Amino acid sequence: MSTEASGSGGASTGTTPPMIKAASVDKYFGDLHVLKDINLEVPRGQVVVVLGPSGSGKSTLCRAINRLEPINSGTIEVDGEPLPAEGKALAALRADVGMVFQQFNLFSHKSIVENVTLGPVKVRKASQSEARETAMELLERVGIADQADKYPAQLSGGQQQRAAIARALAMKPKVMLFDEPTSALDPEMVQEVLDTMTSLADEGMTMVVVTHEMGFARRAAHRVIFMADGEVVEDSTPTDFFTAPKSDRAKDFLGKILTH
Amino acid sequence: MFDFLTEYDILGAFWVTVQLTVYSAIGSLLWGTILAGMRVSPVPIMRAFGGAYVNIVRSIPLTLVIISMSLGLNQTLGAALGGDVLTTINFRLAVLGFVLYTSTFVCESLRSGINTVPVGQAEAARALGLNFGQVLRMIVLPQAFRSVIGPLTSVLIALTKNTTVASTIGVAEASLLMSEMIENESDVIGLVFMTFAMGFVILTLPIGLLLGRVAKKATVKR
Repeated sequence: MSTEASGSGGASTGTTPPMIKAASVDKYFGDLHVLKDINLEVPRGQVVVVLGPSGSGKSTLCRAINRLEPINSGTIEVDGEPLPAEGKALAALRADVGMVFQQFNLFSHKSIVENVTLGPVKVRKASQSEARETAMELLERVGIADQADKYPAQLSGGQQQRAAIARALAMKPKVMLFDEPTSALDPEMVQEVLDTMTSLADEGMTMVVVTHEMGFARRAAHRVIFMADGEVVEDSTPTDFFTAPKSDRAKDFLGKILTH
Repeated sequence: MFDFLTEYDILGAFWVTVQLTVYSAIGSLLWGTILAGMRVSPVPIMRAFGGAYVNIVRSIPLTLVIISMSLGLNQTLGAALGGDVLTTINFRLAVLGFVLYTSTFVCESLRSGINTVPVGQAEAARALGLNFGQVLRMIVLPQAFRSVIGPLTSVLIALTKNTTVASTIGVAEASLLMSEMIENESDVIGLVFMTFAMGFVILTLPIGLLLGRVAKKATVKR
């Protein structure tokens, strides 16, 4: 396929393209410059945690990867394919990119199992029975198979978020994006969601995780991206980032969150 | 006291009213939903058409819409809508007029319902790879409908009563019979009025009660 032809710049020669590649990405909300010249490559299988103070652009970056936020300039490629404009091609790309939201966003009028089967049936054209079978396996895996026929509002936040992860996994995505998956959860439910994410990371899923969970970043991430004011300020391993941050912004950030 | 009633086919006239209402309601719900889809679509020309249509058509008095169906569409342009006798033609013209008019109110009710569906619902659906039509059909509209059953009920009740306007183009529904009876039975004019008022109450009350129950059951819990 056109993996090479579309690549901007000649950095990646031969072999497989990175799972995600962002080059010179700029994004504005009105006058506000929320992403400033972002360059980022995520190889397959890597778990990247994006940290940063609120308003640093980390959520926007995450949402830009499947074009829920269109960017103003630059290019984003997923698995060697540049993001298409709105339409069929974009829908097809999104089907391959799993997304988990801060507010879960389970479809309120559908039961948990219907939430999980909708994508496979309508997008992947799987049969209802085969989709249901996969859905039940996934729900089993995230530990809420017994809640399959309930509606989202009847579940706890942690259960809803695990259902949302199952819904994303049902599409057999190449990469998973997590946009602050535990920020809306009660403290006692954070761990169950992080455990699900950790096991996913252990299985080799490519993941981009925007989070404030430092424990998860230390334990499960291969790489930490620290963003501030729309820029990537640091890009290092979790150990380096937490023990020896280079920039003042990162030192300041870590000082604030690790002391309380 | 009520013996004059037996000389007239009141049930038959109300049956025409019911038919007008049912066909117009179905048509308005369909066309109104399509219009609402246009008004929220990402295609600018569709949004423009939907907006212009709704704003113009709902500003025209219903009587004008119905008369223009008969005088304009039928007598000037010769459209018969597949009917062969005048009663059928006029009935269909009236239904078309009601659909064109009532759909604007259905559209606006639905659009306010669409606004009650959190953005995240559509985002999650798009993130799964569903296209605009699927997102609207499977995720947004089902939730929007449930939240506007109340306003839609009012639209449907208004439609039921609005069908009396069809008498202006000679459709033999309840109010046309009422005019006739007022002329012939002027001594019991109060009773004639009461009879027809009751008839409309009997038609509309169940709509409200039934849809009220449906609304309670169908509420989307968040």
